[in-house]
Amino acid sequence: MIDVTSIRADFPLLASRPDIAYLDNAATTQKPREVLDAVRAYYETENANPLRGLYDLSVRATEAYESAREAVRGFIGAASTREIIFTRNASESLNLAAFCLSETFLREGDEILITVMEHHSDLLPWQQAARRHGAVLRFIECDDRGLITEENFRSCLTDRTRIVAMTHISNVLGVENDIRTFAALAHSRGAIFVADGAQSVPHIPVNVQDLGVDFLAFSGHKMLAPMGIGVLYGREEILEKLPPFLYGGEMIEYVTREDATYAELPHRFEAGTVNVGGAVGLEAAIRYYARVGFHFIEEREKTLSEYAMERLCQIPHVRLLGSEKAADHHGIFTFTVDGVHPHDIAAILDEEGVNIRAGHHCAQPLMQFLGTPSTVRASLAFYNTEAEIDRLAEALSTVRRRMGYAD
Amino acid sequence: MQIKSFYNEILTDHNLRPGNKHALPEANYELRGVNPSCGDDITLRLKVENGVIEDGAYTGDGCAVSQASADIMLDLIIGRPVEEAEALSGLFLKMVREKVSEEELEQLEEAAALQDIAHMPARVKCAVLGWHTLDTILVDLKALDK
Repeated sequence: MIDVTSIRADFPLLASRPDIAYLDNAATTQKPREVLDAVRAYYETENANPLRGLYDLSVRATEAYESAREAVRGFIGAASTREIIFTRNASESLNLAAFCLSETFLREGDEILITVMEHHSDLLPWQQAARRHGAVLRFIECDDRGLITEENFRSCLTDRTRIVAMTHISNVLGVENDIRTFAALAHSRGAIFVADGAQSVPHIPVNVQDLGVDFLAFSGHKMLAPMGIGVLYGREEILEKLPPFLYGGEMIEYVTREDATYAELPHRFEAGTVNVGGAVGLEAAIRYYARVGFHFIEEREKTLSEYAMERLCQIPHVRLLGSEKAADHHGIFTFTVDGVHPHDIAAILDEEGVNIRAGHHCAQPLMQFLGTPSTVRASLAFYNTEAEIDRLAEALSTVRRRMGYAD
Repeated sequence: MQIKSFYNEILTDHNLRPGNKHALPEANYELRGVNPSCGDDITLRLKVENGVIEDGAYTGDGCAVSQASADIMLDLIIGRPVEEAEALSGLFLKMVREKVSEEELEQLEEAAALQDIAHMPARVKCAVLGWHTLDTILVDLKALDK
């Protein structure tokens, strides 16, 4: 039987810092001992430069790296490891997708369709791609709860739409987009569908074939793995048509002074020495997910979300953004406190050991749409507790008084 | 907790009831200061005659630290010669980044209430926004004199 107490004991930082209520999981998660041990064991017993060495140790490093690729493939239900590209993080994955897809598929006057709720990582690469190729970047609006309807989506698709890029779960509102429906609609118009899974892959089961996406980007560090390892899934038949992203070592087949032929998938997109330690950590994180199970994770995060919603809504002057239904939040709660700047809220909560995020959450177009330049965000993971939410709520209810207000 | 609260009464009072947050039509110097990463945004206006800051005001929005600090700064420098304002600004920056003596702290009057900001590196930029804007105006002003 898995319970929260035993789970928290798996996380050295949580165990050693009971003074902290860590509620910034949408920014990055803490790491279980299993992940830290796996990275350490790799460097202590298997470290060598992979993919090129002709000695046993290098072969073992290569095996460790490719074993991680297979683990990722299984985790997201991809058809082949040729479709799994390791990157540094979701931002790099989306840059790779935007650059390479636009080189192959974008002509002047074509359209890229994204949503108003994208993280800057899924906005700026497309902005640049549109600029480079004379294409148009179009935005799908959402309502004030973050909802994008099928009708709304359909009305934004045109004969010139070549690429649709959309977040699976918003990092601000926590709302989930109906990726399966939208990807099918995009395909019916001949467009390629790119999903940003940075906030979904760590919290709900994601299967790329089931969702029908052509590309999926996510970061390891938001799902218990070390920082510096990320993934881009790409459908093989599309990846085969793309030019390389970065050029250099390990991505070539044959090089002359004037020209080169490039390595097979996925190595073509992984120039230079790769992050084996990070990949090994990601594989360990995936093992940890498998052991705890998404059934437990989803149930736990749902219970915590309901509790957080209830507590936050009871505090006077706290205004929650997005849906009034806890289930729509996926553990992400963004709010304001009347008359108090979010940075001051964050500082006061920090004095009580409550760690949350304040600012524009790298989603300025959405914040402009919602009419709040800056907000506070508390984001949960399955290892959080009701007691930590109590600490958040109690600290929050003192904020206005501590800032000199009478109530 | 390891961090001492810096939201003292002087700070919250200047934030909620600023005395110098208003327009200043008679100003002859005006400069906007922005912290792009956190959105603090102030416009500082000064009326400087014969080397003396005769009046000053600010408008804008941002966190309590940025707003209160600008308000306290204006209380301190209005009526002072430009050189004194410059020296006080230097002292303030020294206070939030390193350490100042007891005598120096006294010269800063209410601005001394912000000294604990030094324990919050992420917030130093909020506290110094008004003062940096002031410094920039004073540098320009002296260049015009020459």
